[in-house]
Amino acid sequence: MSAALQMPAAKSDDPVIVLDKVNKWYGALHVLRDVSLSVAQRERVVVCGPSGSGKSTMIRCINRLEEHQEGRIVVDGTELSGDLRALDKIRSEVGMVFQSFNLFPHLTILENCTLAPIWVRKMPKAEAEELAMNYLTRVKIPEQAKKYPGQLSGGQQQRVAIARALCMKPKIMLFDEPTSALDPEMIKEVLDTMVGLAESGMTMVVVTHEMGFARQVADRVVFMDRGEIVEVGTPHEMFENPKTDRFKLFLSQILRGH
Amino acid sequence: MTPPSSAGTATADTVHVPLPERERPPSSVYGPWAWMRTNLFSSWWSTAVTLVFGYLIIRWTLGFIDWAFINAIWSVPGTGQQVDTSSCRANSGNGACWAVVGEKYRFILFGLYPYDDQWRPAICIVLFIGLYVVSAMRRFWRKELALIWLGTLTVIGILMWGGVLGLDYVAQERWGGLVITLILATFGLAFAFPLAILVALGRRATKLPAVRLLCVLYVELIRGVPLISLLFMASVMFPLFLPEGVNIDKLLRAQIAFILFAGAYLAEVIRGGLQALPRGQYEAADALGLSYWRKTGLIILPQALTLVIPPLVNTFIGFFKDTSLVLIIGIFDLLTAGKTAIVEPAWQGFGVEVYIFVGLIYFAFCFAMSRYSQNLEIELNRHRRR
Repeated sequence: MSAALQMPAAKSDDPVIVLDKVNKWYGALHVLRDVSLSVAQRERVVVCGPSGSGKSTMIRCINRLEEHQEGRIVVDGTELSGDLRALDKIRSEVGMVFQSFNLFPHLTILENCTLAPIWVRKMPKAEAEELAMNYLTRVKIPEQAKKYPGQLSGGQQQRVAIARALCMKPKIMLFDEPTSALDPEMIKEVLDTMVGLAESGMTMVVVTHEMGFARQVADRVVFMDRGEIVEVGTPHEMFENPKTDRFKLFLSQILRGH
Repeated sequence: MTPPSSAGTATADTVHVPLPERERPPSSVYGPWAWMRTNLFSSWWSTAVTLVFGYLIIRWTLGFIDWAFINAIWSVPGTGQQVDTSSCRANSGNGACWAVVGEKYRFILFGLYPYDDQWRPAICIVLFIGLYVVSAMRRFWRKELALIWLGTLTVIGILMWGGVLGLDYVAQERWGGLVITLILATFGLAFAFPLAILVALGRRATKLPAVRLLCVLYVELIRGVPLISLLFMASVMFPLFLPEGVNIDKLLRAQIAFILFAGAYLAEVIRGGLQALPRGQYEAADALGLSYWRKTGLIILPQALTLVIPPLVNTFIGFFKDTSLVLIIGIFDLLTAGKTAIVEPAWQGFGVEVYIFVGLIYFAFCFAMSRYSQNLEIELNRHRRR
C-alpha cells in the first residue's frame, strides 16, 4: 500500500486524452451528457458508477468502438472523426482490455499477441514473438504461449489480453471492467498485473468496481451516474469525504456488497 | 509494494489429487453382450422388432448378393452394334447384367467426346481428383494453392478444348459425362465461394447501404426462383439479349447460372457464421487497430467459416448433385450420359445397372466430401477442446 500513497511521478501538462462536452444517444436514450474529462500523460484514472451510468460507453468512445454524436474527443493530439486513417492510428496507440477478454480462440496465446504487431506495425515475425514472450513473461504466463485461450483459466486469459494489448506498445491503456467476469480467486492476479503496469508509468483509464484498486493506484477517481460525470477527485478526497449524495449512496452500496 | 503475484498464479493452477483406481466395469454393463442386451433385446417388444428386422435385412442382403454377384453376367459376346445381349435378357430378374457398364462406361464418363481422344477428359478427371486431394490437405493451405488451382484449371481447359499444342479442337457440344459434372461443380464452387463471402460481408456492411441493398436483392432474387428456371433463362432467354452473331458457349452460360445460384445459398450460410461470432471478436480486432480486411481475413472468417462447416458441406453436396439438372438444357452430364447409354435397343431394360453405376460415382464424391468435412471440423475445433 505504501507505493499508492506516494505522489505519482511528475506528469506532463499536455493531456493525452481530452473529452470536451461529449454527448451520445442510443436512439432516444441519452447515454452521455456533456462529459468532459482530460487525462494527463502517466495519469491513472479510475471510473466508477452504477451499471448503466455510461462509464463503459465513455471509455469505448475513446477508441471509437462507440461513436459520439456531439462534442470533441482528442486522443494523443488527434481528433476522433470519420477519418479512418486517423482512427487506425489512434487504435494502434490505445490498448484495450475487455470484460470478457475477447481473445481470439482460433489462435494460440503467442499468435494472439503477435498478430497486431505483425499486421499493423509490420514487425518481422521473430521480433514480434520475442516481444510477445517478453510481455507474457511480464504477466507471468510465458509457459502457456503455445496453448489456446480455451485451455486457460479466466484470470490467465485476462492477463494474456493485457499482454496482447501491451505488445502494440500503446501510449494509453483502457480497461473496461477487467475483473467483472472473473471468479473471485482470479481477480487478484489480474489486479496485481494492472498495479505493476501502473507502477511502470502507463497512462491508464480503468472502469472498475474494485475500490481497493482505485485507492491503491488511482491519481483521480471519476464517478459517473446517468450519463454524466458527477464527482471527480483524488481517491483520498473522494473516499474520505464524498461530496454528492449520489456518490455516497453508490459507495454505501458497493461497500455493503463486499 | 504489492505482494508478489506468484500467489495469484498458484491459485490458478489446479492441483490434481489422483482418484483411486477402479477396475474395469463388470461385463453386465460393458462389452458386446451387454451392448446387445441393452440395445437390441431389452424387452420382449424390442426383441421381436430386432428379430423381424434382422430377418428382413439378412434376406434382402442375400438377395442382393445373389443378384449383383452370384447370378450376374459380367460380359456378353460382340460389341457395338453387333452386341448379343440375349444371355442378359434370359437372366433378367435373376441376376444383374454388368456387361452394360463394361460396354458403356466410356460413354458414361466421357459422353460424345471423340473416342480416340478420350484420354484427354480421362486426364482431366484425374487432375480434378488430384486438385481436390491437394486442396484437402492443410499443409497446402497457403497462397500458392490459388496458383495450383489456376494452373490445373487452365490445363484442363486446354485438354478439353484442344486446338493448341497439336491437340485437335473438340467443340463443347461433344463434351459430356462425368467430366462435365466435375467441371460444373468445381468451377461453380470455386467461383461461388468467394462470391458468397463477399455477398455475406456486403449484407452486413451497415455503413454501406447501397452495397447492402445490392447484396440483399441478389440473394433474394436468386433464391426466389428455381434453379431450373435460371438454367432456362441462361440457355434460352440470355442469347436473345445478345447482339446478332455473338454467341456465348452454352456450357459457360449454364456455369454462370450455377455460380450465381450457389453463391446466393452459400452467402446465407456464411452470413449465419458471421452472425454467430460474438461481437467481442470484432471489437477486439478493431481495438488492436486491424484494418477491415485484415480483421475479416485473420479473425472473423477463419472462425465464422469453421462454425458453418456442416451447412457449407451440405450446400456443396446438394450443389454437386444439382449439376445433373443441366440435362434440361441439353448438356450431357454424368446422369444424362447414363440415361442415354441405355437408349440403344440392345441395352434397353438395363437401367438399374447403369443407375447403380452412376449412383456409386455420385456417392463416392459426396461421401468423400462428407467424411472430409467431419475430419476438418474435428481438426479445426481442436482449440475448443480443453
